[in-house]
Amino acid sequence: MLNSIPTDWLFGLGGGLLIGLGGAVFLLGNGRVMGASGIIGGLVDGSGKSNMAERLAFLAGVFLVPVLLYPLFSDVNTHATTNVAVLIAAGLCVGVGTRLANGCTSGHGVCGISRLSLRGMVATVFYIMAGGLTVVLFRHILGVI
Amino acid sequence: MTRILLALLAGGLFGAGLFISGMTDTTKVQGWLDVFGNWDPTLAFVMGGAIIPMAIAWLFTNGRKPAVGGEFPAPPEPKLGRNLVLGSVLFGVGWGLAGLCPGPAVASLSYGGWPHWVFFAAMLAGMALAPMARAQLDSAVPAE
Repeated sequence: MLNSIPTDWLFGLGGGLLIGLGGAVFLLGNGRVMGASGIIGGLVDGSGKSNMAERLAFLAGVFLVPVLLYPLFSDVNTHATTNVAVLIAAGLCVGVGTRLANGCTSGHGVCGISRLSLRGMVATVFYIMAGGLTVVLFRHILGVI
Repeated sequence: MTRILLALLAGGLFGAGLFISGMTDTTKVQGWLDVFGNWDPTLAFVMGGAIIPMAIAWLFTNGRKPAVGGEFPAPPEPKLGRNLVLGSVLFGVGWGLAGLCPGPAVASLSYGGWPHWVFFAAMLAGMALAPMARAQLDSAVPAE
């Protein structure tokens, strides 16, 4: 367990650099902010009709590259909960919340903070605090997750 | 066409980064949020790693145009409204509950198994309901 931590950090840093590189390509190439919730949400609520193909191409990349990488890595496990009520409640909160806030971890977090956007920083502080309190409440007090 | 290929490339890099960084592993995300448990700092390395190329990219936009034409997105107004705070809190609750946010939710669909599809479907439903939720909020208490 202890031995695995430094490699986790390295993979985290390397993966993070790739995430930022993706955001840089989307910005410098297409002039667009790489925000996952905005890209998906625009397809869902119809607000992104004018650039639907671009959105779908981006999401195809996000979906397909892990398909190619998966066989190259051993013991990949997402450890997701199998509690359907929790999954549905969580999905609804993430869906409504990110659209109400106009951004998620990629849009507000990565793209917002990197341009020193006050909105991005404030959003990030709030979703991390809320996430932390949620884990404390539902894991340590209620024992649900 | 260039626009589509660049979007595919950007999404591919994003998907690769999410996969390699471990951000589709819900225990790593919940481990980061769980400051009173077995705290896992990986997410900070991911965020830090992602912000570096992105910050350089923002600096590079100065006085330039996007490769495919058009304009770079204008800086958002530094306005902190109720929707930003309430939405972010709601997002954080869902993020903490399942350990998934929108990007990793898409990246993990192919190998995460059925729970990821349930979460993804609920997230899409939430996104479809969001404009109504926003309108309800605005009619109850006007934002600003």
